[in-house]
Amino acid sequence: MAGPFVDDSQIERARSLASETTRPVLELIRRHTTVSIERTVLRLLGISGAGSRGVPLANLMVERLRAAGVLNRGAAYWYGRALHLGAKSPLEVVERLTNAPLPPQTLPSPELDAKLREEVRRETRAAVEDLRRRVRAREDLRRELGMPKPPHKYVIVATGNIHDDVDQAQAAAQAGADVIAVIRSTAQSLLDYVPHGATTEGYGGTYATQENFRIMREALDRESRKLGRYIQLTNYSSGLCMAEIAFCAAFERLDMLLNDAMYGILFRDINMRRTFIDQYFSRRICALSGIIINTGEDNYITTADAYESAHTVIASQFINESFAKAAGLQDWQLGLGHSYEIDPARPETLLLELSQAMLVRRCFPNAPLKYMPPTKHKQTDIFFSHAYDVMADLVAIWTRQGIQLLGMMTEAMHTPLLADRYVALKAASYVHQAARGIDEEFEVRGDGRISARARAVFAAAIELLEECRADGLVAAISKGRFGDVKRDELGGKGLEGVLEKSPDYFNPLLEILEAI
Amino acid sequence: MPSAARQIIRPYGDRRDDGVVQLSFTFPVPLSEKAKEAAAEFVRKMGFSDVKVAAAEAAADNYTFFIVYAKSAVQVDYAEVHVPELLARKLDYDELNQVIDEEIGRRVIIFGACTGTDTHTVGIDAILNMKGYAGDYGLERYPGFEVYNLGSQVPNAELIRLAMQKSADAILVSQVVTQRDVHKENARQFIEAAKESRIHGRTMLLLGGPRVDHRLALELGFDAGFGPGTKPSDVANFIVHSLLKRMGKEPKELHFQGEPH
Repeated sequence: MAGPFVDDSQIERARSLASETTRPVLELIRRHTTVSIERTVLRLLGISGAGSRGVPLANLMVERLRAAGVLNRGAAYWYGRALHLGAKSPLEVVERLTNAPLPPQTLPSPELDAKLREEVRRETRAAVEDLRRRVRAREDLRRELGMPKPPHKYVIVATGNIHDDVDQAQAAAQAGADVIAVIRSTAQSLLDYVPHGATTEGYGGTYATQENFRIMREALDRESRKLGRYIQLTNYSSGLCMAEIAFCAAFERLDMLLNDAMYGILFRDINMRRTFIDQYFSRRICALSGIIINTGEDNYITTADAYESAHTVIASQFINESFAKAAGLQDWQLGLGHSYEIDPARPETLLLELSQAMLVRRCFPNAPLKYMPPTKHKQTDIFFSHAYDVMADLVAIWTRQGIQLLGMMTEAMHTPLLADRYVALKAASYVHQAARGIDEEFEVRGDGRISARARAVFAAAIELLEECRADGLVAAISKGRFGDVKRDELGGKGLEGVLEKSPDYFNPLLEILEAI
Repeated sequence: MPSAARQIIRPYGDRRDDGVVQLSFTFPVPLSEKAKEAAAEFVRKMGFSDVKVAAAEAAADNYTFFIVYAKSAVQVDYAEVHVPELLARKLDYDELNQVIDEEIGRRVIIFGACTGTDTHTVGIDAILNMKGYAGDYGLERYPGFEVYNLGSQVPNAELIRLAMQKSADAILVSQVVTQRDVHKENARQFIEAAKESRIHGRTMLLLGGPRVDHRLALELGFDAGFGPGTKPSDVANFIVHSLLKRMGKEPKELHFQGEPH
């Protein structure tokens, strides 16, 4: 069993420090919207196509409204105005709002204004109902085929071509994978639009597009039926289009999304405000759609040292949890991330790693948790590398991880060969089967090294959370407390896409999401 | 070039010169006896003998993974293999700082970044970050180095502009993503930009990454290339020795242990 390490009251204290830390940020979130959120509303209302040169129609329309300085009333409001002017379809709405002078700022009467809002609300409700039907179809298939026991074995495909990805994903599923992640094309997180259609060219991965999501999910549905077990699909709701990707993913019945409250700020230099506001809306969509989020704390210890910065992982997990709960997510949806990144040259790394993973389990007993493999200290000696990954398999089963991204023996060299996935899946299946229940057989001694380390890490995490509460999350990030990366509140990409809501701001999707 | 004495070597499995080699690969066909024979035939066609298909497993419905042991009659004359001779011992952390202090007499300015669309800072961080890699201190730790790590997705021109502002001695370009040779294309663009800015041939330009080697880097126009397994101290030695050579304080033909080749 994972030791108790710390009292319940101390864990409660961590939780309350985290919620005090996120409260002022949630205030900021409540007062603002972003171009990505507005585009998401339009996508839900059916504006999902692309115009000439592949520019998404939602971008065309939102850009027009932003340039005219009227986007702060909400894109849905202007959508309603276009309907009122006689637009008969989403396409006509775009036509009316991008190729003609904008309607005057105000309507002749408040009654008309209310009527128009009610009409858009009705359309939004119908669209959300359609989305829910699609989510229910996914739940039905999961129930029908059944889900394997955790840890769910998670592997990555990244060919750049969605059709090649399908071949590799099916092969991985046949070899025992439970979750397929399609890695995105390098730097997609910095695009302020979601590319359109099926794509066959990508660098370092495959573009996340709604059509690519559909192609992969349908292929995995077929494969799941053939294998008689449900194969999950995940992608990335991060970067400048967190909210839109979340919507596209929900609509195409994805099961999980990488989604972190701070990752974009730290590792992609995306503006802090933009990220906080977008993550909230994207998580609201995940809450509605039963999507499990995977947070990115594992990344902190690829830039900072895993031994010295272990407490930042714990502190960030509490902060991520607080943001997630504020957006309506439930415990079973919190794939809080951490990973096996301690330098193998150090002594007792298995004990240190067990301590950290057990501490995470102790703090978040009902969350699935997402366990990442070693990457930073991987070697090109594939035989050693494989042994290193097997240790992560052992820690994963021992600490009851819900989701385990499997390490690849060629991690330090190239994107995995097909056989690398097979070898990793075979080893993980073996270790999970061999050691299942080991946590119930051994108790961690209270006066030993694992417990002492867990207590020390937790105490440092509390100290960091106290600092975050006292100085604010913004200040903590600007001092480099997470991942050794320093960012300013007004720096980074995408701040121009953040708008203060006007007093009559209208977002019928947010109304529904917050009413659940 | 005449060699002193022939020194024939072959792979050592568990007997001298047995020539045993292990291979693994995947065929896009279902597992079957026929697939195994095809694997054996493939390995024989590569010139191997005594082919043993040790494992043939269904990696997926239509893919078979093989582990094969075989013997090769090919041999290499070790005396005929030429790499630059190692004349100097690699300097350690303290020695490097001392040499910088005494021989160069100022801090050496180093810029580094992942340029282009590459977002993976693992490589550049391993070399530059205080912490370093595999127990070897990163360049930031050296009092003799003044290091600017600009992180990821830095445009080539921007890296060059900032490095010129500080009169950098060396610029490190890291390229981790290698799909469709994007690393080579971006590295070429960097060299073009360096030529336009007239720092090519003056500032030391170093390329690093998992699919980079010294030869490739030289072909692309860099001064050196560092591949997998490079330690920060390898890069530190290269920079310090190159500077000393440029200052005329070390012979041009001096080589050191761990130098890229």
